[in-house]
Amino acid sequence: MKQQVLVLYLNNSALDSEVLAWAFYDGTGKTEPTTGDSDLPPYDTGTEALRDGWRLFQASQLIPPYPGHEYDTSYMKHEFFFEKLE
Amino acid sequence: MTTTAPLLSSVEVARFVATGFHRMDAVIPDDLNEEAIGVFDAGIPVAYYGQPVPKVYEEGSFVRRLIETPAVAGALHSLIGPDPTVDHHALHVREPREGAAQALHADAIIDTRPDAFDVQLMYYPHEVTGTMGGTLSVPGSHLRRTNESDTGRYQNLRGQSRLTCPAGTVVLLHHGIWHGGRRNDSDTRRYMFKIRFNPTVPQVRLWDTSDLDDPRIAHELGRHFPWCEHATGRLEVYNRIKLWRAMTGDASFDIDLWATRVANRPGRVA
Repeated sequence: MKQQVLVLYLNNSALDSEVLAWAFYDGTGKTEPTTGDSDLPPYDTGTEALRDGWRLFQASQLIPPYPGHEYDTSYMKHEFFFEKLE
Repeated sequence: MTTTAPLLSSVEVARFVATGFHRMDAVIPDDLNEEAIGVFDAGIPVAYYGQPVPKVYEEGSFVRRLIETPAVAGALHSLIGPDPTVDHHALHVREPREGAAQALHADAIIDTRPDAFDVQLMYYPHEVTGTMGGTLSVPGSHLRRTNESDTGRYQNLRGQSRLTCPAGTVVLLHHGIWHGGRRNDSDTRRYMFKIRFNPTVPQVRLWDTSDLDDPRIAHELGRHFPWCEHATGRLEVYNRIKLWRAMTGDASFDIDLWATRVANRPGRVA
């Protein structure tokens, strides 16, 4: 069995919130996704991916900002990893 | 480098503060674009300078004529100021059918300056079509504190810009913007020449400030980008307000009280 990995970045910490960014890694070798290859997300929300058979295996923790850095912005906050096995 | 070239307006600079770029389509004349290909094919090695423009590029040289094109010179002056130093330059070539895109990144290293920024000039001497792998960039990402290609996991973001442009287009970028060269799926070689400039003066009111009270400034600075989380988007506006305050010298500037209310501590001095 080979793994396909879908990473979705959502609008907030809820799995049913809107997809803002995404990445796809294909262990089957059938596709070669890369940076900047699509303007349209594969799903509108995280739960839509679940309904299509993707299995969630990791989600971002909610981590309080470091004192003194409450207004800093950095990486995408709400990252969800999904897999399919083929 | 002094100039009498047309300066940007306050609204245009506010748009740069919000988006992280200023784009000028077909701003370089055709004869210079045609000359560029020969110059680039002869080779331009990556070089680091830290020297003023006249010491790096001879008067009348191709690059001097490129950056002295009035619209380019005016926009550069508006953002980086007079007499910048050349940090480095590099020629980026994406070969036909090249296998992979660059990882999404910001150049150099994480940069925490709150009141200064470098400007990167990107010049495209020929038309860039959708399949030629024009530069991917993420409008509004430049104030995020991330280090170089640690963002490489992000393949696509809503509202990203996959550059297509006519020949002679120049884009000026804030140093922090997330970007990368896309995979070239065409049969045509793609060129992009980049120069990074460092400021040598405080970047305060360097543009045409006659429209500094234009209400469109707040509209530009308050923009929300489709890739940005709703909550973090509010912090982005806050950080743009701080940068606009630094660039205008107006410590009272605000939009919808975002910066004012969180600094309001009546009766407290420390």
